[in-house]
Amino acid sequence: MADFLTVLSEYDIAGAYWVNIKLTFFAGIFALVLGTILAMFRISPVPSLNFAGSTYVNILRNTPLTIIIVFGIAVLWPVLKVEFSDVFAVNFFWLGVLGLTVYHAAFFCEALRSGVNTVPAGQAEAARAIGLPFLDSARLVILPQAFRGAIAPLGNVVIALIKNTTVVAAGSVAEISILMREMVENESNYVYLIFLTVAVGFVIIVVPVGLLATYLSKRLAVSR
Amino acid sequence: MSAQSVLFDALGPRGKRTATIINIVGAALLVLSVVFLLIKLKDAGQLAGNLWSSALSANAWTNYYLPGLQNTLISALYAVVLALLFGLLFGVGRLSSNRAIRWFCGLVVEFFRAVPVLIMMVAAAAIGYLIGLDRTIVPLVAVVVALTLYNGSVIAELVRSGVHGLPKGQREAGLAVGMTRAQSIRSIELPQALIAMLPSLVSQFVVILKDSALGQLILYSELLRSARLLGSGAPFPILQTLFVAALIFIALNFLLGWIAQKLAKRLGSRTSGRTNARAPGGGAIQIGAASAAPGGVPGDDTP
Repeated sequence: MADFLTVLSEYDIAGAYWVNIKLTFFAGIFALVLGTILAMFRISPVPSLNFAGSTYVNILRNTPLTIIIVFGIAVLWPVLKVEFSDVFAVNFFWLGVLGLTVYHAAFFCEALRSGVNTVPAGQAEAARAIGLPFLDSARLVILPQAFRGAIAPLGNVVIALIKNTTVVAAGSVAEISILMREMVENESNYVYLIFLTVAVGFVIIVVPVGLLATYLSKRLAVSR
Repeated sequence: MSAQSVLFDALGPRGKRTATIINIVGAALLVLSVVFLLIKLKDAGQLAGNLWSSALSANAWTNYYLPGLQNTLISALYAVVLALLFGLLFGVGRLSSNRAIRWFCGLVVEFFRAVPVLIMMVAAAAIGYLIGLDRTIVPLVAVVVALTLYNGSVIAELVRSGVHGLPKGQREAGLAVGMTRAQSIRSIELPQALIAMLPSLVSQFVVILKDSALGQLILYSELLRSARLLGSGAPFPILQTLFVAALIFIALNFLLGWIAQKLAKRLGSRTSGRTNARAPGGGAIQIGAASAAPGGVPGDDTP
């Protein structure tokens, strides 16, 4: 066991996890913004925007994330000359963020939309009946309830995003799964312990997020 | 539609006019962005005929896509069957009246739901090589093991939430006619729960199919890897081959999503549980399906 600890200390595990956390942070924010726009498209009573939103969502969420990431590093950068930086590592990082963003935006959109769907039609009818115009009924009645209903699915998307940051290994971003691969190749005797260490790291990151989402969604639940 | 009716009342004449204007502007922007994209692709020389013909040639199909697709489907099918078994076993285990069994199954399920599939795949491959498995089958085994552990755990959650989602009268009726709790689970609740979860289950297959593409990272020769291989030879049609591979995945997943929806409609009368497939249209709110919170909120979709 002491041997294993010295092996561990030779690798920058915390640094690799930090990359995953940064990926989660940036991709999460961008995907939430894009997902919100898509959700507005899908909810609006405008056919062309509906079409754009639902086409995007249906295509992106049926595409493997791995293909999207590979597309970034094998097509966007070398073929279509999309470049974020001269430094390879930085460029790959942002290509990874881009891939994670376009993929998870579809799921953020669906999470938000399912939140809106939890609001019964009677709420909107009541808001109109007491004379609230569109913006007021959206702001005061519908969206607050919709947001509360969306917490649980949003939590799920964030958890999925955290786990999916490992997929950017396909885009040569030096994060935890690449470090882990290096470790199991060099120290194959310790495969089980290395796996447990990395896995427990994810449990430590993911479980609190899950607990928080469950707690919030219960606490803020609209009683009906 | 339901979303529309909540936020937006039936439009009046003014609203209709505004919606029409936005509609036309939106459609124009949509067309413009497609045109812009095509121009960009043309400028980059990506619409050239030889690139597309080499990505779509008979050779490409028989030597790259089809063998790759075959491997993808093989790994996905093994994973579907094994994940079902795993899910049933641990899902029922979590309903057990024995506290130790319940705890153990809960621990296993929550653990594998929290760990990324890729991490499990890398570990499974390394362990496969370590214990001296035939080197040629290690990638397949690793893909199947990782997909099984993760998706099996998600299915276990589906089984559990399916049983919990039944009206409690079902269980009470079982107990009232003198069944034990275990008997009522086995012969009353589980059959209905399984029917109710079928649509979600099919949606989960989309997740399995998509995640099987991770196999390329441990050198399993699946569809994405063959497409990449084909694209990295002259005349380097990598954009085109990835496009074809993505289309194949999307078509298969759409098919699965469509089946899930049909099932949800047809099975409604055969169970007292709820059959709504998790995601409307196109299925699979994949990502970590119920990757919800431990003890998460049932009935929501999402990755």
